[in-house]
Amino acid sequence: MAEKINNRSALLNPFSKENPVIVQILGICSVLAVTAKLEPAIVMGISVTAVLAFSNVIISLLRNTIPTNIRIIVQLVVVAGLVVIVDQLLKAFAYDASKQLSVFIGLIITNCILMGRLEAFAMANKPWPSFLDGVGNGIGYGIILVIVGFIRELFGSGTLLGYQVIPQAAYEAGYVNNGLMILPPMALIVVACIIWVHRSGNKELQEN
Amino acid sequence: MKGLRKYLDRVKPNFEKGGKLHAFRSVFDGMETFLFTPNTTSTSGTHIHDNFDSKRLMIIVVLALMPCLLMGMYNAGYQNALGSGVSMSIWEMMLYGFMAVLPRIVVTYVVGLGIEFVVAQWRGEEIQEGFLVTGILIPLICPIETPLWMIAIATAFSVIFVKEVFGGTGYNIFNVALVARAFLFFAYPAQMSGDKVFIPSNPILGVGGTVNYADGVSGATPLGQIATHTDGGLTLHNIVGDPLTLWDAFIGLIPGSFGETSFLAIMIGAVILLATGVASWRIMLSVFAGGLLMGWIANSFATLTYPATFLTPVEQVLYGGFAFAAVFMATDPVTAARTTPGKYIYGFLIGVIAVLIRTYNNGYPEGAMLAVLLMNAFSPLIDYCVVEANISRRRNRQRV
Repeated sequence: MAEKINNRSALLNPFSKENPVIVQILGICSVLAVTAKLEPAIVMGISVTAVLAFSNVIISLLRNTIPTNIRIIVQLVVVAGLVVIVDQLLKAFAYDASKQLSVFIGLIITNCILMGRLEAFAMANKPWPSFLDGVGNGIGYGIILVIVGFIRELFGSGTLLGYQVIPQAAYEAGYVNNGLMILPPMALIVVACIIWVHRSGNKELQEN
Repeated sequence: MKGLRKYLDRVKPNFEKGGKLHAFRSVFDGMETFLFTPNTTSTSGTHIHDNFDSKRLMIIVVLALMPCLLMGMYNAGYQNALGSGVSMSIWEMMLYGFMAVLPRIVVTYVVGLGIEFVVAQWRGEEIQEGFLVTGILIPLICPIETPLWMIAIATAFSVIFVKEVFGGTGYNIFNVALVARAFLFFAYPAQMSGDKVFIPSNPILGVGGTVNYADGVSGATPLGQIATHTDGGLTLHNIVGDPLTLWDAFIGLIPGSFGETSFLAIMIGAVILLATGVASWRIMLSVFAGGLLMGWIANSFATLTYPATFLTPVEQVLYGGFAFAAVFMATDPVTAARTTPGKYIYGFLIGVIAVLIRTYNNGYPEGAMLAVLLMNAFSPLIDYCVVEANISRRRNRQRV
């Protein structure tokens, strides 16, 4: 399960070829839940990146002292501690976004991407590559969140970050926001379209 | 006819390999086989040849839909004349309805066939004819006031994501027309329900009148009226406040989606489908059986909390899209169950669920669409269980 790769690919691979959402299909629940608007999607992407990077570093530092049979518990304790810190920081400095994300910040603990990276990477690598891997995967996750959030907010609410983008004249001419974009099924379809486009450009990811 | 054949033969070399229009060969091929029976025969294996190919099948379904289309046109004109107070002759009503529905049919076909043609070219496949039926179903199951661009988006969505993604005609899991309807229903709820969308409200090219909703009249469908009904003493009424009778619902002179109002026209279509063997009588029968049974159960426990439970089983079948879904949607051979016992289970559950959603969910006045889509998802499972049960039954018999 251990993978040894250099720093550069630890940081950059998760952007496209090993993207946690569209290639490994992890963390889909939060993609469905927080992307109805762009702002919570961005905040969620940053939060996950921060938690992932620092939990990777901590687990990597502890990797030789953690007894193997209780490693999941140790990982969970570390992630839970970091999630509580992020949650409190958001409540203090970005209260509105924290309100919108509600329970989903707490649910970062159960995000499969975190457990996956801790198990597969941080348990077998030094702190610095682990930090880069955490940042890379967090950003790879965040990119997808932002793309989905952008499309859903633009067509579902006609706004971006709360500002009206689609001109009032369009509404007067009969344009109506697409209510389905606000509902979770459309997030799934948008993610599917991103996967479609991504796979068609990457031959090695295509299945026969 | 001869001239047409000659013309086709003359332009044919352009589309063959090496010809300058080779890229458009599937368009040509589609047109040629649409107009003439192909005279090529299969070169390998054993085949049973039958004139009844999928093009003929689709044409028969389109023919069976014609009574619904004509009745819908008449009803559109009738409702407009009723609502606006303009007196119109029967031919003016037909003309009005024709002009109201024509742009919708054209938009659906242009968008849907456009996508089918592009995808067929892109994959280098023959053009399939599945959209012939879908293209006429979509305008029939939408409210007449649905904006054209919404129909275009919904058609594109359902053709791409329900049909082409799964491999084209014959591979779709869900009924394409119903997914277009469901997309409209969830994406643009204000344009797909309520009391102002089921009656065409403006004159078209000087025919018809303007419907004025200001003075407290409601153009809601019977099911819509029931769903918003809160006290006892239920009387259904039309746009000018006159009470509606079961006879009106049977003939089709009630507000509703374009092609679904007339039970009579749907039954004529059903006879055509059954006489030609296109649709399964087992599914139709069991959908009606399920709907009547669930309607009877709901009516036996009628309560004011769920006002739709006051409808009698017969009213449940006559109002809304139930009959249309039973005859034209549930029997879609691609998405329905295929085993004989499976067809009974599939149809029966559609009927039960359609009435269940209507009666016990006040948020959805009509449940036929959702019931058919839900059972589409379950039909492979039903077939699987039927086949497995058959296998184990035979195995047990062998053991004894």
